[in-house]
Amino acid sequence: MNQVNPVNQLNLTLCLLSILLTPFAAAGLALIHQGLGRSRSAAHAMLSTLCALSVAAIVFVLVGASWAGHAGGAVHSFQAAGAQWSWLGNDALLARSIVLDGSPGSLILCLQIFTAGLAAIIPLSTGTDRWRLAPICLATALFAGLVYPLFVHWVWGGGWLSQLAANFGIAPFEDMGGAAVIQVTGGLMALSVAWLLGPRRGKYSDDGMATAIPGHNIVLVLFGCIIALVGWIGLECATSILIYAATPQQIVGIMINAVLSASAGCLAAVLTTQIRYRKPDASLSANGWIAGLVAGSAACSFVSLAAAILIGAVAGVLTTYMVEIFELRLLVDDPGGAISVHAGAGIWGLIAFGIFGTQSNMTLSNHLLAQLIGVATLLGFMLPLIHGVNLLVNRFVPYRVDRDGDWQGMDIRELGAGAYPEFVIHADEFIPR
Amino acid sequence: MKLIGCSLLFSGWLIVVAALVMLTAFLQRAAFISAGLGIEIVGLVLLTQAYTAMQRRAR
Repeated sequence: MNQVNPVNQLNLTLCLLSILLTPFAAAGLALIHQGLGRSRSAAHAMLSTLCALSVAAIVFVLVGASWAGHAGGAVHSFQAAGAQWSWLGNDALLARSIVLDGSPGSLILCLQIFTAGLAAIIPLSTGTDRWRLAPICLATALFAGLVYPLFVHWVWGGGWLSQLAANFGIAPFEDMGGAAVIQVTGGLMALSVAWLLGPRRGKYSDDGMATAIPGHNIVLVLFGCIIALVGWIGLECATSILIYAATPQQIVGIMINAVLSASAGCLAAVLTTQIRYRKPDASLSANGWIAGLVAGSAACSFVSLAAAILIGAVAGVLTTYMVEIFELRLLVDDPGGAISVHAGAGIWGLIAFGIFGTQSNMTLSNHLLAQLIGVATLLGFMLPLIHGVNLLVNRFVPYRVDRDGDWQGMDIRELGAGAYPEFVIHADEFIPR
Repeated sequence: MKLIGCSLLFSGWLIVVAALVMLTAFLQRAAFISAGLGIEIVGLVLLTQAYTAMQRRAR
């Protein structure tokens, strides 16, 4: 795993520009989450996003960066079966070992402050309308300080998943744009949160029928999709250059593939919903767009244009069906579709990267095996870890708002004021003066 | 059932790691890694069913 050459001014400029674009991904997701929730929890949804981003940034710099480490940095490792298993970074706490001078380490830290926040806000859409602010901050702190850095180290920090070639002679597990590190870990967190919170009150009738609770502002959702595209391009460019030593020439490919994957995902969702429901569904189509971006971010520019379209299209169709299965069959109330979009499409993207392309010199079958090992690690190690942490936090600081809060909405219950006060009909306005 | 589901998820991952460490032939590795993934999927299904049953009971 190579890193950016700090002397190369072009790479440095491109990295900084790409990192600057990354917060747009969070902005886009925040708009989507807010728009897909109810109006009575809109301000709470946005404030939760800001709080999660803030907590993630601070905790990641305090603790997470040390454990995430970076390729070539100090690590905790052990020797077993003739291989060196690097399982945790060992940099100084508070990022004291990193000099903020545009060096690769400082650029990676800068990027990862945003990526930790991005992963942390994914479960917020699942918990919308019922997840309280205090446990959101606590869960985010544990996620950004413990869970996220562990997997970041394994994949991007020179950990054992990135060393599969050196230790076991198969291709390294590759995640060019954060499909595993950011999207799937965030999506699995969303799944765990959905299990613990249970559905919104009124979502399911007594006989188990699901009630549609439509998002309150679909225009914001669709606008968020466009904003997210800008952020995704920045994110993919930054990680590809910094972690996988992509050249400036490959940036064009990353941009084109990102747009193609998102477009194919959106169109596939439009077509699928048109065929199934006789009309395109706007919120599912927005989910298809994001699913395309998520799936495409596993490979970035390291697959052909046709493969990028196929990966995005499959992600779009897959998401449409997964949202329905989660809602109707599994009784998982996920208002933003985060589990399907981030975990489902992310896992598909990782496997598809193994099928359609590789950055290393290994054969495709070797690469596919490595990608499957990565997926197995996400499901078999990260999901139980994430769920265990959430069970622990939920035991001491209950995640779910009480019954009254469920009906009142999170804005009034937790913030004391609604997001749209003009919409309230005041009784005294109708009293004759 | 939740505990069994979580245990199966983790066991599947251990099989994948064991295949990586103990086997060298590509096909053997691929077979065991697929088996590990299969066990993880069974664990995920069990865990999901446990929570779905809990939601049904809560209603």
